[in-house]
Amino acid sequence: MRKATSLLFLIGLAFLLTVIAAQIDFGHAPLIVGKGINAAAPTKVGSANIVAAVVLAYRGIDTLGELAILFTAAIAGGMVLGLRNADAAPDPEAGFILRTAADLLFPVLLVVGLFIVFHGHLTPGGGFQGGVVLAAAFFLPLLAHPGSTMNHPVLGLVEGLAGGAFIVIGLFGLLDQGEFLRPLLDKGALGTLWSAGTLPLLYLAVGLKVGSELASLLAHISEYEVLD
Amino acid sequence: MSGLELTPIVCAGALGLVVIGLFGMVISPHLIRIILSLAVLEGGANLFMIMVGYQPDAVAPIIVNGVIPAAMVDPVPQALVLTAIVIGVGVQAFAITLTMRLRRAYGTQDVREIRRRMEQDISRAAGVTATPGSKDEPEFPHPRNAAVRMGRG
Repeated sequence: MRKATSLLFLIGLAFLLTVIAAQIDFGHAPLIVGKGINAAAPTKVGSANIVAAVVLAYRGIDTLGELAILFTAAIAGGMVLGLRNADAAPDPEAGFILRTAADLLFPVLLVVGLFIVFHGHLTPGGGFQGGVVLAAAFFLPLLAHPGSTMNHPVLGLVEGLAGGAFIVIGLFGLLDQGEFLRPLLDKGALGTLWSAGTLPLLYLAVGLKVGSELASLLAHISEYEVLD
Repeated sequence: MSGLELTPIVCAGALGLVVIGLFGMVISPHLIRIILSLAVLEGGANLFMIMVGYQPDAVAPIIVNGVIPAAMVDPVPQALVLTAIVIGVGVQAFAITLTMRLRRAYGTQDVREIRRRMEQDISRAAGVTATPGSKDEPEFPHPRNAAVRMGRG
């Protein structure tokens, strides 16, 4: 009975979604703001990646809220799982391939993650994507050596400093130009590494914050005792 | 095949992913499968959002070598999807931690079983005795319960 009603509901929903989708004129973007941003962003923000300009300049305060959501998820995850029992049975050792690969991959992941973070305003990618790669770099040794633990105080410090830096840069924009998170500094030449004013700094803060948050969350999950 | 002809196919795919994800969330009683269905649903919603900003003759909104292209797709849905993906990761990670906690407390990931056990715990804590024979009755364990206690959950 429950399955039949669920199926009926889903058929109705599929029909509703199809009708809504049929109304949309695909191929012609319904938002005019996109065209305006595409035209203005290269000169006004100075960022070659216009999505980065939208994320950090036009809707920078949304990104701050997004960071707050990720922060809350990481804190809540850590609180729900708690610290590992000292007398819990140790996790099984990792295999030879994983241990060797973790040692080899750590520098590669670090370089790739930092590259993606630093080039966030020029190429696809940015703080969030690079931060996830950085988190993977610091989480991989934990998988390879199950006995070791993550240095949670240092991660918390990095996370707090990065989040504070993001807000401080935003407040500088507020004091200097009267708008929170307004891009400051010299815009530089379009498409070079030192361009787009404060955008690379903001993305660096985002990358460090996302990386440390995800690394600490993954560490909490993996440090949790396996069942009995 | 030009981009615009592919649009209905990709659009149907995106809506199909949304419906498949919801179907999995409604039908499956297993918590991990519910979380995976949520991920599928999110993928469909994100794909649909990207589709809305699509233009057949436009390129990605990134300026390469200082040459500004004639037409670029709408960057706003892409930025929104970036936000949606990050929030999705946060939600999924939190859901996984709650699932781990439930598995530890009740030894199962079946929502029906967890519901039974929670109802029992709540009524026991409140000092209420359930009517005999009802599904909240704590005294007669369900056969599935016994199997879980023996470590086959």
